[in-house]
Amino acid sequence: MPSPKLSTSLDQGGAPTGAPTKITQGSQTKGGIGESTLRPDGILKVTGEFAYSSDMWHEDMLWGQILRSTVAHAEIVSLDTSEALATPGVYAVMTYDDLPTEVKNYGLEIQDTPVLAHGKVRHHGEPVAIVAADHPETARRAAAKIKVEYRELPVITDEASATAPDAILVHENRDDHHIGHVPHPNVVHRQPIVRGDADRAAGRADVIVKGEYTFGMQDQAFLGPESGLAVPEEDGGVHLYIATQWLHSDLRQIAPVLGLPENKVRMTLAGVGGAFGGREDLSMQIHACLLALRTGKPVKIVYNRFESFFGHVHRHPAKLYYEHGATRDGKLTHVRCRIVLDGGAYASASPAVVGNASSLGIGPYVVDDVDIEAIALYTNNPPCGAMRGFGAVQACFAYEAQMDKVAKELGLDPVEFRRRNAMEQGTLLPTGQPVDSPAPVAELLRRVSAMPLPPERQWESSEGADVRQLPGGLSNTTHGEGVVRGIGYAVGIKNVGFSEGFDDYSTARVRMEVIAGEAVATVHTAMAEVGQGGVTVHAQIARTELGVAQVTIHPADTQVGSAGSTSASRQTYVTGGAVKNACELVREKVLETGRRRFGTYHPAWATAELLLEGGKVVTDGGEVLADLVDVLGEEAVEVEAEWRHRPTEPFDLRTGQGNGHVQYSFAAHRAVVEVDTELGLVKVIELACAQDVGKALNPLSVVGQIQGGTTQGLGVAVMEEIIVDPKTAKVRNPSFTDYLIPTILDTPTIPVDVLELADDHAPYGLRGIGEAPTLSSTPAVLAAIRNATGLELNRTPVRPEHLTGTA
Amino acid sequence: MRVNFTVNGRPQEADDVWEGESLLYVLRERLGLPGSKNACEQGECGSCTVRLDGVPVCSCLVAAGQVEGREVVTVEGLADYARDRAEKGCARGACGGEAPSGTSLDEARNWQARGSDSQTGEGTELSPVQQAFIDAGAVQCGFCTPGLLVAADEMLERNPNPTDADIREALSGNLCRCTGYEKIMDAVRLAAARQGEAV
Repeated sequence: MPSPKLSTSLDQGGAPTGAPTKITQGSQTKGGIGESTLRPDGILKVTGEFAYSSDMWHEDMLWGQILRSTVAHAEIVSLDTSEALATPGVYAVMTYDDLPTEVKNYGLEIQDTPVLAHGKVRHHGEPVAIVAADHPETARRAAAKIKVEYRELPVITDEASATAPDAILVHENRDDHHIGHVPHPNVVHRQPIVRGDADRAAGRADVIVKGEYTFGMQDQAFLGPESGLAVPEEDGGVHLYIATQWLHSDLRQIAPVLGLPENKVRMTLAGVGGAFGGREDLSMQIHACLLALRTGKPVKIVYNRFESFFGHVHRHPAKLYYEHGATRDGKLTHVRCRIVLDGGAYASASPAVVGNASSLGIGPYVVDDVDIEAIALYTNNPPCGAMRGFGAVQACFAYEAQMDKVAKELGLDPVEFRRRNAMEQGTLLPTGQPVDSPAPVAELLRRVSAMPLPPERQWESSEGADVRQLPGGLSNTTHGEGVVRGIGYAVGIKNVGFSEGFDDYSTARVRMEVIAGEAVATVHTAMAEVGQGGVTVHAQIARTELGVAQVTIHPADTQVGSAGSTSASRQTYVTGGAVKNACELVREKVLETGRRRFGTYHPAWATAELLLEGGKVVTDGGEVLADLVDVLGEEAVEVEAEWRHRPTEPFDLRTGQGNGHVQYSFAAHRAVVEVDTELGLVKVIELACAQDVGKALNPLSVVGQIQGGTTQGLGVAVMEEIIVDPKTAKVRNPSFTDYLIPTILDTPTIPVDVLELADDHAPYGLRGIGEAPTLSSTPAVLAAIRNATGLELNRTPVRPEHLTGTA
Repeated sequence: MRVNFTVNGRPQEADDVWEGESLLYVLRERLGLPGSKNACEQGECGSCTVRLDGVPVCSCLVAAGQVEGREVVTVEGLADYARDRAEKGCARGACGGEAPSGTSLDEARNWQARGSDSQTGEGTELSPVQQAFIDAGAVQCGFCTPGLLVAADEMLERNPNPTDADIREALSGNLCRCTGYEKIMDAVRLAAARQGEAV
């Protein structure tokens, strides 16, 4: 934008009464988009004052506790709460029989999840009863006194047991809208995608490479546990302070179970300690509200880490079967794949995860002949649903392993082979949808491979080996003996926003008024700030659009329309778009007011393109017309408006064809690892990333997102996996002692190269960025370990026994 | 039982404490100091890190009764604690020379927190490491931040010029799920550099 110049026109002669005053040199508004402004909640977060959901406190509050099933699949023969209820300090014990209305289930898409178990439990850790008491330990002990007698049923744990002709049905009497097109009632959803003729194309292939891959169950492992405070209100309603990803989605599921109209369930976002998909589904929301309404007292529920592992869905573990063909000159002929996702006991987001896994199943490559199938199973394993990357992660792990295998067969460099097949703008996805914005897949690979490599044997120093730089670290397991280095590459494609015809809108309310002699904007949305920095970006957008310095971010609640979910890399795009749109509407109103008040004083009010900058109304030529303080006067201008991105359409249920996606996000990684081949220990030395972000609204936050996503991908490459006993379907490692996430010692340096190629369909040209780095990180690390060891490694995470041959 | 101890320089008395309660529970639920976080309650994540007589500990693993008569510093008192240390000329860690605590018990006892009535956080005085976490983008969801700040501040007190390997080793008991640790490394390096400049 041009820098506004000093306006002189209004200073000449005696200013008429009512003319704008305080005219000074205009300036572009500071702290707008493109700058690395600091988080508005940063100070509160570093001083410990920021109120997370588990910090909520209320005079006279009770503590809620959930009793969960100790077995995975069983009929409940009897349930006796009398002893628990008789415990001093206990105010209420509730079971299925105490639910107040006919609505006893909830769910994101399919309402198949019981609020409390009814005669049957379908997975380990399913809620059976809830207790409220005056001390958390009293509540825990009372819950332990509830007597539940189970009659165990056989467990469904994989595709074979789920789809056997005589398999027990995890859900009897399904009536959801997927039942008509699935091959078995234990399949939640099936999406085939067929384009071209894979059989015929296979005939052209000089090499055909097949692979079978396994992706382990990953946990979001957000640090802030599921928690919240439900406060009964005088009108018979309830006010819930909650950590969630989507207030209005929660509200729609909570209110019917409570038998309350939605306006009597007030929801306010409490501080959210991370989410990563794990807060899309309800956890303790309904339980806290039920206990609060039953006891008439505020009820707080905070899961501990053990319970948190049972309290939210996980990333779908998957089996993936791939066949790639290529010609001698390094061009892919066809891809066939079958992706089997384990959705566990309840549907959660499984149908949409299937849509992603299938439609993005071959990766960011040009392949005209494809035959893809993805399904999600109902089993008695823990329910799986949303996690960062959402179906695209599992596929990327497999197709990138395949790309390396094909390159090896052809004797081509893996980066060069990818480059020859890289998607670009105009490429058709397997769904037939054209990619109509930049798709710099080859460029990202070029950038990431052009970065300088970290030095070899960096553990060597004059004082001997620094074991902290070696696999095994301070365990002092090697001084370099048996350590080999490997390098691996991967690239991925992630859709941005909710796909397949979903009405994916957001709402923003923006207000502008003069406070203490300064024009100030207030932005009110229901967007869940979960750490991603949406609040930072909203303030930046308001500054850019409204030219004010001060922006107040109103707490997120249900007093404003839905913002949609903080998921699918969508909030900066969609709620950012809504804030931009509302600001533009406010700006129009402000300019109308200005024209009304001051239009006669300067012809530019009528003729020029007008902007708000530096607290002033300026022409696009930079001439200052008025101070916003004078334009607004006593008036407050407020607009609430919904905003939508381009509509999408469902995938055809037989062919998978359809313009299902809104936007794409691309990232590439290069991993450098060192492996102690004797002990099977891996140290990731560096994990470089290049990503196209369209437009970096806040570069500091963008890099932070990329590094955080990269690290979650690293975690599932070498350590993170929820272990479910295949015989009992019970979770074996629900703790941070046994479920490992990367520490600062496990995490390498993560150099990031940010590319900004605008997507003209999106606000400011931006791309959603949060998920793409989680995709390619994992296969890059696996590729590097394969490169170091020569092993095939068809599963993730890789454990020491896979590297030492002792598995 | 009743527990008497000092938190952020102020004598505190907690009544009706059940024997099984942790220091973390007493700080959060009885003393109104929720800054120390409850992310795993088994000593794996470091979110509840406080200093007990100067030593960083996971407050979830300390029984409340164990702190009788002792000194606790939480994230809420970090800014005052750091200022007090700086005013005594210990900003380069000189006062951490002899003991692992870095601050002698007498010094800690003589130190008093100042009140703060900030609602928005604006105008709040911050310790160098707190400011560096904000400036470097080391805060996302922020749940790990209080524990990391206490741990990082203690490390910088002991070791004012840490290498990257030193930083990683010192902070290896603090899990962060959002940042990938790179910005946390930047923040600690920044705090160390500013600390060096200030002297």
